[in-house]
Amino acid sequence: MAKRSAPEVNAGSMADIAFLLLIFFLVTTDIAVDSGLSRKLPPWEPDINTPPVIIKEKNIFALTLNSNNEILLTSGGDSELLAIKDLQERTTAFLDNGGGKDEDACKRCKGAKSPESSDNLQKAVISLANDRLTDYKTYITVQNEILAAYNVIRNREFIKDYPNLKMNFVEATAMYQDKGADKKVRESLKEKLEAIKLVVPQKFSEAEAQRN
Amino acid sequence: MSKFKKKKDGGLPPISTASLPDIVFMLLFFFMVATVIKEDNLKIQNKLPKANQIEKLDKQKPISYIYIGKPSENYVDTYGTEDRIQLNDKLQSVKEVQSFIAAERAKLAEELVPTLTVSLKVDKDAKMGVLTDVKQELRKTNALKINYTTKKGDVLTN
Repeated sequence: MAKRSAPEVNAGSMADIAFLLLIFFLVTTDIAVDSGLSRKLPPWEPDINTPPVIIKEKNIFALTLNSNNEILLTSGGDSELLAIKDLQERTTAFLDNGGGKDEDACKRCKGAKSPESSDNLQKAVISLANDRLTDYKTYITVQNEILAAYNVIRNREFIKDYPNLKMNFVEATAMYQDKGADKKVRESLKEKLEAIKLVVPQKFSEAEAQRN
Repeated sequence: MSKFKKKKDGGLPPISTASLPDIVFMLLFFFMVATVIKEDNLKIQNKLPKANQIEKLDKQKPISYIYIGKPSENYVDTYGTEDRIQLNDKLQSVKEVQSFIAAERAKLAEELVPTLTVSLKVDKDAKMGVLTDVKQELRKTNALKINYTTKKGDVLTN
């Protein structure tokens, strides 16, 4: 019998194996993009006796979270339990009320102009206090809804002031933070975003958690 | 019969797929290298809550991570069932937060120190008590930029 050369190994299925591995890695990879609610903490000022700032009661939207994850709203002298699903709407209504007169009048507000609620966007303060036993998820939900309320108003004002940009405040912020976008565009966006932040400031104070 | 044979001779040779595995392997290696499996080995439960008003964290700027949650099942015997703080690979007490931030700052170039963001990865079933203490410590050490890291989703399903 003639001497035969060794048969060639069939490499055709190699591609299949490699594809299988590739797909496995594609599926299991989550390229972790961290995202979340960005906040800024107030600086620590130990034992400085600053006189308390006096704010009219109607300008405060005080939220208290208890250990059963219930939300108590105190605003304009009344207290009530609030459901999470109503929170954003009520917050927006409070911020946007514009009940101020004369020098306190709010030109941008589109709210009910109730004298019992906030004067204008500059004066409206949201205060949040939580119990040490409040669940984190409730806290995050409340934070999210308050931010959402501010974003609703900021979006509206951004579109009103810069209608030719065809985007809202949130989209503009995302574009500003996108490193790939054109530098000139980002610079001009920065100015506009800052202007809107001045018009609709986030006056949001957090009390330290209560001990119990 | 001869008709068919003729055609076969005149047709184009099949495209060689011999290099296909090489291409696919290259992709595979790319994904294997680019995959970050997990930065810290978590000793606590860490299911993040959902939120929809989220901003992306800029990876170019320095980020430090603080994890809070109940110890995971394997560690319950050692660490109990109360909420704990994890810094790097160890469960630490609240007092360690300041030195942790100091250590993180020491790793950075000086001009980057003010841009340090602290990403708080807190389990959604954790209580606010520990987080409040951590926030006080962060204020004391002047690390004021924080981010409550969340997943994207509807808050009402939290």
